[in-house]
Amino acid sequence: MLNKEELSEIIRKYVPEAVFPEGTQLLEVIVPSEQYLSLAEKLKSDPALAFDYLITQTAVDFTTKFTVVCHLDSVKFRHMLVLKSELTDRDNPAIDSLSGLYPTAEFFEREIFDLFGIRFNNHPNMKRLFLEDDYGYPLRKDFRDEINIIER
Amino acid sequence: MSEEIIKDVIVGEHEDYIINMGPQHPSTHGVLRLEVCLKGETVKYLVPHVGYIHRGIEKMCEANTYQQIIHLTDRMDYLSAHMNNEAVCMIVEDAMQVEVPERVKYIRTILDELNRIASHQLWWCAFGMDLGALTSFFYGLRDREHILDIFEESFGSRLLHSFVCPGGLMHDVHPNFQKRTKEFVKYFKTKLPEYDQLLTGNIIFQNRAIGIGHMSRETAIGFGVTGPSGRGSNFSCDVRKIAPYGAYDKVQFNEILEPGCDVFARYKVRMAEMWESLSIIEQLIDNIPEGDYTAKMKPIIKLPAGEYFRRVETARGELAVYVVSDGNKSPYRMKFRTPNFSNLFVMNEIASGYKIADLIAISGSLDLVIPDIDR
Repeated sequence: MLNKEELSEIIRKYVPEAVFPEGTQLLEVIVPSEQYLSLAEKLKSDPALAFDYLITQTAVDFTTKFTVVCHLDSVKFRHMLVLKSELTDRDNPAIDSLSGLYPTAEFFEREIFDLFGIRFNNHPNMKRLFLEDDYGYPLRKDFRDEINIIER
Repeated sequence: MSEEIIKDVIVGEHEDYIINMGPQHPSTHGVLRLEVCLKGETVKYLVPHVGYIHRGIEKMCEANTYQQIIHLTDRMDYLSAHMNNEAVCMIVEDAMQVEVPERVKYIRTILDELNRIASHQLWWCAFGMDLGALTSFFYGLRDREHILDIFEESFGSRLLHSFVCPGGLMHDVHPNFQKRTKEFVKYFKTKLPEYDQLLTGNIIFQNRAIGIGHMSRETAIGFGVTGPSGRGSNFSCDVRKIAPYGAYDKVQFNEILEPGCDVFARYKVRMAEMWESLSIIEQLIDNIPEGDYTAKMKPIIKLPAGEYFRRVETARGELAVYVVSDGNKSPYRMKFRTPNFSNLFVMNEIASGYKIADLIAISGSLDLVIPDIDR
C-alpha cells in the first residue's frame, strides 16, 4: 500500500501537469481531459499502482465547468485514488471513455450521459440509460422541470 | 441492433428469437426488463433495460437536508435499509468530525447484521421459489418474521426503519431488544441447518446451480461486482474488513470467499454469511455499553465545504456515498454508488451461452433489488 506522497510522485512522472488539491480526504488528481485516458491506462497497468477496480464514476456540474470524477481502488494494495478531469465546454462536453479498461465504466458513463449530457468518445453504446431521449439533463444545475420539481 | 434481428426473424433467415423478460416478470423481483436474444433455448446475449422505477433520488437530495436524505436512502435498497441509512449518517459524522458514542456503534452493528440476515433469508426463500422449490419460501419468511418483530418493537417499522440519524440513533432501543435478539440467535441456529437439508444438499437444486453462470474473478473486478456475488468469485471485497466501521474492528469474523465462481458458490457465500452474522451478533449483544444513544448535534446540519466519500457493506455489496458540499444545509451533489447497479450489468457476460431456464437461476443468484439500480 502506497501513501499519498508516494502515489502522487508516481503520477507526476506520468503526467507532469497533474494538479493535486490540498487537504482532501482521499488523494485527488486533476488532469487535462486529453491525458485522462492515458493516465487511467497507466494507473491500471503499472504493477506498483494496480488500480484495477473502478468503484464509481460520476460527474459534478459546477455551472462553469463539469468535473468527471472516478474513484479507483486497488484490489491488491487497497490504496485509493480520485481521478478527476474538468470540462469547460458546456454546450458540447466530451471526454474519452474508460470502458475499454473497466467494463463497468460503460454503464456509469451511460448514466452520466443520461443525467449530465456529457458524451464519451469511443463508447460502445452511447445511449441514455434511465430517461427518454427528449428529456433534458436533470442533474445539470440549470435544469428546470416546472411540473415535477417544486422550487423552494 | 435488436431491430435488425427482429427483421431477420420475420424473413426467417436466422433462428434468433428476441424475448422480453419483464418488466412484470416475477423472477426479476421488480420492474426490470431483460431483452433476451435466443438461439433455440440458448441465450446468445441479453440487454437489461432499466429506468422503470427511476425516481431521481440524487436530484431530490440536492433540495433536501441531510436528515431528510436518510429517509430517501431507505427506498433504494429496501432490504438493506439500515445500512443505507448508516452510510449517510457516517458521511455526515465524518464531515462534522463528530465522535459517536460506543453504545451507538454497537447497536448499529448489531442492526446491520440483523438486517443482513433478514435480507439473506428473503433472498434464500425467493431463490428457492425461482427454482421451483416453494417450501423454502415459507421457511424463509417464517424465520424472517422474528427479525421484523424485533425491528417493529424498537423502531415502530418493519422494513424502512430510518432508525439512525446523524450522531446516533433516533431513540434508544426497546428494553426487550437484547433479550429478543438473543432468543432469535438461539432459535435461528436450530433453523439454519434445516435450510441446508431442504435446499443445499438437494440434488435437483444442485444440478440447477453447480457449473451455471460462471463469473471469473477478473470479470467480477472489472464489472465491480461486490458483495456475496463478488465473493463467490473469490474477489475479496468486504468493506467490513477493508475499512472497518462501527464495531466491526472489535469482533472476530471471517470474510467468506468461494472459488467456485458459479451460482452455487454465490449461494454458499450467503449461507455462510448468515452464520458469520449470527456470530457477530453473539459477540456484541452482551457487551453493549451503557451511555447516550446519540452525540450532541446541532439542529441544522451544514457540512463544511468539500468532498466526502464513504463506503459501507450492504447485504448486496458495496454502497459508496460521494458528497460535494458547498457549506449549505443540503448537498451540492450527492452520488450513491449502489451495489445492484454494477451487479446487474454483468448479466450479459455471465448468462450468455446458458439456457434460458438458467437465466432465472443466474439472476436469482445475483440477488437484485431493482429500486437500488434506478434510484
